[in-house]
Parts: sequence; structure tokens; C-alpha cells
Amino acid sequence: MTLMVFFGCAFIAFGPAFALFSLTVAKDAQQVIVLIASAFFWLLSLLLSSIWWTVVSPLKKHLAFGIAFSVIFQELFRLAFYKLMRKADEGLLSMINNQSPLRKHRIAYVSGLGYGIISGLFAMVNVLADITGPGSLGLQGDPQNFLIVSAFLTSCFVLLNTFWGVIWFNAWDDKKWFNIFLVVASHLFVSLMTLMNAKHQYVAPVVCAYIIMVIMGAVAFKTAGGSLFNIYRLTSQHTHRDY
Amino acid sequence: MNGEDADETTRLMADAVTEGVEDDRTSRDRRPHRENIESNENADADDRREEFDQDEGRGRQRNQGREPRVRDVSPHDSEMDEEEMLKYGAKSVMMLIVPVSTCMLVVVATIASVTYYTRKEGTYLVYTPFHEEGDISQARKAGEAIANAFIVIGVVLVLTIVLVLLYKFRCYCVISGWLVLSSLMLLFFFGYIYFQEVLKVYNVAMDYFTLSLIIWNFGVVGMICIHWKGPLRLQQAYLILVSALMALVFIKFLPDWTTWAILAAISLYDLCAVLCPKGPLKILVQTAQERDEPLFPSLIYSSTMMWSIGMADRDNSADSRARPASAARVNSEDEEELLESVEGNGPTNEAAENAIRALGTHDEERDPQNEPEPDDEEEEKGVKLGLGDFIFYSVLVGKASSYKDWNTTIACFVAILIGLCLTLLLLAIYRKALPALPISITFGLIFNFATTELVKPFMDSLSSQQAFI
Repeated sequence: MTLMVFFGCAFIAFGPAFALFSLTVAKDAQQVIVLIASAFFWLLSLLLSSIWWTVVSPLKKHLAFGIAFSVIFQELFRLAFYKLMRKADEGLLSMINNQSPLRKHRIAYVSGLGYGIISGLFAMVNVLADITGPGSLGLQGDPQNFLIVSAFLTSCFVLLNTFWGVIWFNAWDDKKWFNIFLVVASHLFVSLMTLMNAKHQYVAPVVCAYIIMVIMGAVAFKTAGGSLFNIYRLTSQHTHRDY
Repeated sequence: MNGEDADETTRLMADAVTEGVEDDRTSRDRRPHRENIESNENADADDRREEFDQDEGRGRQRNQGREPRVRDVSPHDSEMDEEEMLKYGAKSVMMLIVPVSTCMLVVVATIASVTYYTRKEGTYLVYTPFHEEGDISQARKAGEAIANAFIVIGVVLVLTIVLVLLYKFRCYCVISGWLVLSSLMLLFFFGYIYFQEVLKVYNVAMDYFTLSLIIWNFGVVGMICIHWKGPLRLQQAYLILVSALMALVFIKFLPDWTTWAILAAISLYDLCAVLCPKGPLKILVQTAQERDEPLFPSLIYSSTMMWSIGMADRDNSADSRARPASAARVNSEDEEELLESVEGNGPTNEAAENAIRALGTHDEERDPQNEPEPDDEEEEKGVKLGLGDFIFYSVLVGKASSYKDWNTTIACFVAILIGLCLTLLLLAIYRKALPALPISITFGLIFNFATTELVKPFMDSLSSQQAFI
């Protein structure tokens, strides 16, 4: 039972991330390095937020405070990583193949994915490690769906971070202040919503997170140059090929 | 061109078989700043360096001035050079990241599943006389740890100096005997212990006959692959395994605090030994370069082919670790043929080695006239990393994971990889042998302690509330 739960939760949480990584990133060495570097930046931001959380000890009890600052630090480090990538871009020619017009979005996407994967890992691995252990969750009136909610939220945060990465990089490129605001606000909103989990009210946070994720996905799709017409043409081409 | 080369090569080879070492020596003087790098304890340079070294100043201009004949050979245009360099540079980074991660994963997986390696039984390595046992104060523990670290570093220093001296006075037999013995013990003895513990954990019953058969096959194939020849993948796999086994031994038999002290000390030692003007590792690398020889294959992980007898010399000296199957090389077929013929005649290894060395010489001589060999991608592909670096990276990650906090493990893992990337970046800038331990281990140590002390409480309170950031 524990093993089944473990694999189920692991696949729910990291399935999409793993698929994205292995299909799009793993083949290209530079992208893997960008991914690791962005993961490192997330770690730095986490370190800074933990230091902040530890130092301001009177507010330790109010987790909302820690979360809010952590979100801000994460976005700041995302900005720093953006600057670094653009510098590297100028200094070392193109990081990714020059030909593709989607090059810039690709860096953004990869760094977003790196952010997402590492944050997902940090949120989930210890829980996953405990699942396999001798104990089992939800026996004494505790909520039974603790694990599955965690897994779904992790998966959602991985994807959200990926979309935020794409939107964020483009927003700073083109100085779209609204998008910058959108990323920070939605991140804050989703993270603070998850505080409701503590009271075992799982529906609202999960539904909210997924709705935001869909919206962010749409915005990211649009920033990367996608449109409804693209999708239409893609599907019609497919039918064409089928004939 | 090929014909000429072949002729010249044959002639040189004939000379070489007779003159051997002398020929080699003269060639050395012609390229004094050849940076051909490896050392047993440090990371090592990939050698686009040496070529770019000579080339950099004249760089682009020269590339544009290539003769068309040469350009045919070149796989890419001059404008593409930098981009290609970057691309293949990234590839070479990946070629180290993958094995390093594999090694760390093996160690972490073992630590997580086999409790034997984290159980303290009161037996420790001889080099750590203080055991941090009993109810002694933290300060005392720290003192003992530091003392242990000093002793271990002293032992390492003495052994390195002995190795360098042996190498300097060409006692190759002693060195290879030493290396063979140590890998023999690692593969058979520690391999046996490891296998036994894994069997215990998974509760598999196995008779001694089967066990000895498996260990025998495992060990003998390993010895052949590491010290003689074998498929590249297999050789790499064995080197990774050997490092993992060694790392596990360190984790098991070193006292808790001592491990951290040793990690810090060894990275400092590495820094000095490689960069100080009279550092033992630097001397070792320089001597190896002067002699145009590869360093011992059982001490270095190479992303390209390394045969330890004869062939190794060819690989490394011929053109700084081109792969044997390099299509871009003009005369690689010739080399193959010659090698075959040499080997077919059944000469001694020495003769073959000398011949091959001569080939290398020949190649290098030709370089200035032609152009920096169009081997960009090959050069970058031949990145090398000392097994010591593998071992200590794995010790750090394994030790971090032995506290059963996966966040710390992941943080250390990412920090070490970033450190490795930075080291390789510095390598691209400085183009000489650099120690691979300092940056990575420093990052690893910082992130280990920062994560356990600062991040863990924060993450724990977050995950207990099931809040996500």
C-alpha cells in the first residue's frame, strides 16, 4: 500500500516535469546547464527567505509573512537570473541555437522549468520519503487525502513556475509592467491560498491553483507567440496529413 | 596529403622505434607551453586550451586566413567557431555532469537503502586516531576532527609526494603495481562487502560458490577494463563504481565531524597542490606533459577513450585526446593501420609506445604549418576529472544524505554541480589545470550546513502546514 501511494504520488507530482525535461531539455547540454543554474538560483532565494524567516523571529508564528517574503525573494532571484542570462547571451553569443526565433523563450522556459522542478522537489521529496516508511497517513481522523493534494499541488507549482518563467522573461524584455505585476500577484495569491490547507480545506486552494495555472498557461502561450489561429492551423494540418 | 602523411609517419615511426625516448624529448622543446593536463586529484583541463593558447591572439584573423585545403578538413566555418566552442564546451560539461551525478546517485541510493554504511561500529580508518566518542564536549569533538583532518591530509601529501617522486624517476613498475593492488582490493574486497550488504538488505540467500563466481567475474573484468583495455562505457562504469565504493568506505569508516573537516581540508589541499608553483600535483601534471604521457588511467575519469597500454599514449599524445574514431582527423586511418601492423608484429609494448609517441610528435609538428587542428569538438570531448574529485563529491552528498533529509541532499547535489560548472568555466578562461574540489566542496559545505540549520526548519514548518511557496 505505502509503495503504491509512493509511486502514485511521485508520478502525479513529477510526471509532467519529468516528461518536459526528458523531451525538451535533456538532449541539449546548454539547456541542462541553464536548468541547473536556475535551480541554484531558486536555492539561493530559498536560503535568503529562510534566513529572513529565522532572523525576524517574532513573526515566525505567522507563516503568511514567511511565504510572502519568500515569494518576493523568488521573483527577485528570477529577475537576477534573467539579467544573468541576458548578460551571458550578449557575452557568450547565443546560449541556444541562433537560428530559432523561439530562442529567448526557450531560455525562459528552461529556467522556469528549473525553478519549478527544484521547488517541487523541495516541497515533495521529504513527504515522499516518509510515505514509504513504516507509518501510514490518515488513520486517526487525519485527512486521508493529504498526500494526493500535496502531489497535485506540487505538479501544479512545477507547471506554474514554468509558465511564470516564460512570462517573466518576456515581460522584462519588453517592459510589460502588467505581466510582471501579474506574475508576482498570482504567485503571492496561489501561495497564500495554500495556507488554507492547514485547516484541511483542500478544495479552494487546489481549484484556485489549477485555474491560475490554466490562465498563466494561456498567457505564457500568448507571450511565446501562440494564438488561437496557431492551434487551429496545427490541428487542420494534422487532419491534412492524415489524409 | 594523406599519402605524404603516411610516408612521413612511417619514417618517423621507424625512427622512433629505434630512438624512442630521445625523439620524444626533442619534440617536447618545440612546444613548451603545451598544457596537457591531468592530475590524480584535480580536475582537469580539457585541452582545447593548449590550442587556443597559441591561437587566441591570432585567433579570428588566422581562422579567416585558412587555406581552402584546410577548410575542407575543418568541420565548421570560422564564424561558427565561437558558437561551436560554446556548444561543445557545454557538451563537455555535460560529459562530466552525467558521470558525477551517476556516482553521487549510486552513493546516495546506497546510503538510503543499505544501513551498513551509516551504522557506526567503532572501527575507523587507521589515519583517524581520534574517534570523537564518549561524552566529550563539542569543542573537543571539533578539535579531534581537525586533528584527524590534519593527519589525513599529511598522509595524502606524503603519498602524493612519493607518487610524484616515483613518477619523476620513472619507476613505472612500482606505480602501476601500487595502482593495480589498490584497485584489486577495492574491486574484490570492498566490492564483496558491498554486494554482501546489498544481499542482506534485500534478504536474498546466496551460496558462497555463486557469490565467489560473481565477485571473481566482476573483479577480473574490472581489472582488465581499468588497467588494460575494454569498451569505453564499461571502463567508465567501473571507474565510477570504484569511486563510489571508495566514497562509501570513507563515509562508513570516518567519524562524523572528521568527514566534514577532511572535506574542507582536502579542498584546500587540492587548491594548493595544483596551483602552488611547487605543488606536488602541479609537478606531476607538468612532468606528464613533458613526457607526453597520459596520467594513470586508473586515477582519472576520461570522457574519451583511454587505453592504458600503448593506445593510451596514442590518444593523448597524438592530438591531445582525440577519439580514435575521429573522422575529422586526416590521418586517423593511417594511424590505425600503423598501429595494427605494429601490434601484429608482436613487438614489446615499449616499442609500440614509442612508435605511438612519435606519431604524436609528428602530429604536433605539423600543427603550426597547417592550422590548429580542426578538432574543436574532439578536444572539448576529452574532458577529464580525477577520481579523487568523484570520491569527495560523493562523500559530501552521501554524508549529507545520511542525515535523512532529502532537501539537504538535493541542495548539496545542485551546489556541487554548479561548482563543477563554474570550475569548467574558469578552465575556459584560464586554460590550465585547475583543482575541481575547492569551488564545489565549498558550495556543497555551505549549502549542507545552511540547509540543515536554516532552510530545514522553514521547509518543515511549511510542509507541516502544507503550504507551498
